[in-house]
Amino acid sequence: MALAAPKKLLSTSTHSRNDWFEFFLRTIIPFLGVITALIISAVILLLIKANPVTAYAAMFRGAFGSVNAWTQSLVKATPLLLVGLGICIAFRASVINVGGEGQIILGSLAGTWFALSFPGLPRFILIPGCMTVGFLAGAFWGFIPGFLKARYKVNEILSTIMLNSIALQFMNYLLGGPMMDPEGVAAGTFLAQSARLPQNSWLTRMIPQTMLHTGLFVALAFAILVYIFLWRTTIGYQIRAVGLNPRASHYSGINVPFNQMLSLTIAGGLAGLGGVIEVMGVHRRVLEGLTGGYGFTGIVAALLGSLHPLGIIPASVLFGGLLVGANTMQRAVQVPAALINAILGLVVLFVSGSALWINQIIKKRKTAAIILASDKDSQS
Amino acid sequence: MSDIFNFNVLAGVLRTMITMSTPFLFAALGETFSQLSGVINLGVDGIMLLSGFLAFYAVYLTGSIWLGLLVAMGTGLFMGLMMSFVSVTLKAQQGISGIGLQMFGLGMSSLLFKVLVGTVKTVSGFTAVKIPLLGDIPFFGRILFQHNVLVYAAFLLVPVCWWILEKTNLGLKIKAVGQNPAAADSVGINVNKIRYLSVCFGSMLAGVAGASLSISIANLFQDNLTAGQGFIAVALVYFGGWTPIGVLGGSLLFSLANSAQLWLQVLGVDVPASLAVMLPYILTIVVLTVAVNRGKQPAALNKQFFRGEN
Repeated sequence: MALAAPKKLLSTSTHSRNDWFEFFLRTIIPFLGVITALIISAVILLLIKANPVTAYAAMFRGAFGSVNAWTQSLVKATPLLLVGLGICIAFRASVINVGGEGQIILGSLAGTWFALSFPGLPRFILIPGCMTVGFLAGAFWGFIPGFLKARYKVNEILSTIMLNSIALQFMNYLLGGPMMDPEGVAAGTFLAQSARLPQNSWLTRMIPQTMLHTGLFVALAFAILVYIFLWRTTIGYQIRAVGLNPRASHYSGINVPFNQMLSLTIAGGLAGLGGVIEVMGVHRRVLEGLTGGYGFTGIVAALLGSLHPLGIIPASVLFGGLLVGANTMQRAVQVPAALINAILGLVVLFVSGSALWINQIIKKRKTAAIILASDKDSQS
Repeated sequence: MSDIFNFNVLAGVLRTMITMSTPFLFAALGETFSQLSGVINLGVDGIMLLSGFLAFYAVYLTGSIWLGLLVAMGTGLFMGLMMSFVSVTLKAQQGISGIGLQMFGLGMSSLLFKVLVGTVKTVSGFTAVKIPLLGDIPFFGRILFQHNVLVYAAFLLVPVCWWILEKTNLGLKIKAVGQNPAAADSVGINVNKIRYLSVCFGSMLAGVAGASLSISIANLFQDNLTAGQGFIAVALVYFGGWTPIGVLGGSLLFSLANSAQLWLQVLGVDVPASLAVMLPYILTIVVLTVAVNRGKQPAALNKQFFRGEN
């Protein structure tokens, strides 16, 4: 009779109610973390004699207060979503990818190089070509720490952080010399930026007078693709198995280091894609400060989206909005935009701190449900 | 090219090396305690930034370097408490909570700097104290014995940490907790208490490391002053095989790379600056890859301890 219990659990409403409860916990508690982070930051603002009410009002107005604000938030959400999706895949294999910044840089540099080298290609080849090259370059930058982790057990957090700095210096080197805009050189301005991309490679802007470009749909499509990849393919299953229980995966014949390396490589590729899309849709050239902290904010978006590809969509819109809003706040009430980094850090601390707690509550409820179900079973 | 190799330049490079190893030493020695107890604290860089700024600000306001140092230690301690509460009590995944702490430190230091100070300003920090007699030795005197108090303290800390870890009961407990928390727990060691203690001590030293940048080496604060030195310090602990002596070697190697790169730029050797700046980061990856001491890694590093469950 006891054996029947799990089957019964699957078929009765207890299960779906638990599912909803789990969904509720996993969504609401991280969200409460954001609220708490905002409250703590408000206290700090008070301490430095800034008005938190006007600051936050400016921030939310800048993020979601108008159609224009929404388009800007969605523009920022696009790379965030792609980076967050990659981090989600890596996380599912228990690998933490902090290298988003470097991977974005590599992707944007490689995609720009491709567009500038083959400006004559027709649009329908050039755009996918740039995206592929950007993806591959980012993937290479994710493969390095993945390989080092798989082969030499190098801590991927440290290696990805170092690779961020290396990529940044590499970009500075290229923009200050080999890739510097020839027009800037001719005009004597020597701005640290690349030449403008050929018009053929520009992503279409959907609303006039705004930056909102079609890259958003690419990012959304990848959210669905990543969902299918993780839950409907064998490799995706293996990656999740590695994350849930590496030892059991190993004994059931899954190559744990390989899957971790693969997940970091894909994560790098997605971040690289985010970088090249940012270039083709927004700046149309590589310039300093291009990454805008997306590599780190993407981590927060992934965590807040409960490491679920579809959950990361609203999370990246929220954080994209906060990034835009932070700039508005800086302009309107002179509270530095750096505040957003402090808030993000607190969110990460809260979300990571509450993860185990949520799991325990869910586990307890599930155990209780099983006992309940088997009790009913034995009575009938 | 010939003037690069004369004695004055060599002395300059080596002297800068000693000075620049201070933040690495403080941060990495502290992180050694933390990691030996089983907690990898990746927030070191964030702690260094916020403590560095607050130390700078205290000196900027009052002119008292000792108050600045005290503020840095207090800030480090507070952030250490944050880290241990989230990672030890709430049992968060240590990699994530550390990154959270880093982002918090980075954002908060930048916010406070922009609101309270605004533009880059200098303060008069720790000044060099020439040790009598030893400081007069030609060549070596200038390299080793004409530094400020923080530099001497960093180097004195190496034997002190070694002594604590190898010769005291507390050191034994720290290592026991990092190797096998369940066994340590079963003989009555309070695992969480030891981890709190180690993380907080380590974070306090990270605070001093931040102060050594802002009120002893640079004597100023700017956005992201550390430029990732906190993360390099974490890597140095791996390089040093979780021993203070190894950490000393690693710190000297890295600051040598840093100071050599600075001197190359000063002397106008034709290397693109951005490629030279890459050097320490590449070195870190190489060092992590070939670190020969991996066998000594604390067995419970980066693992949460659940009492009575394993």
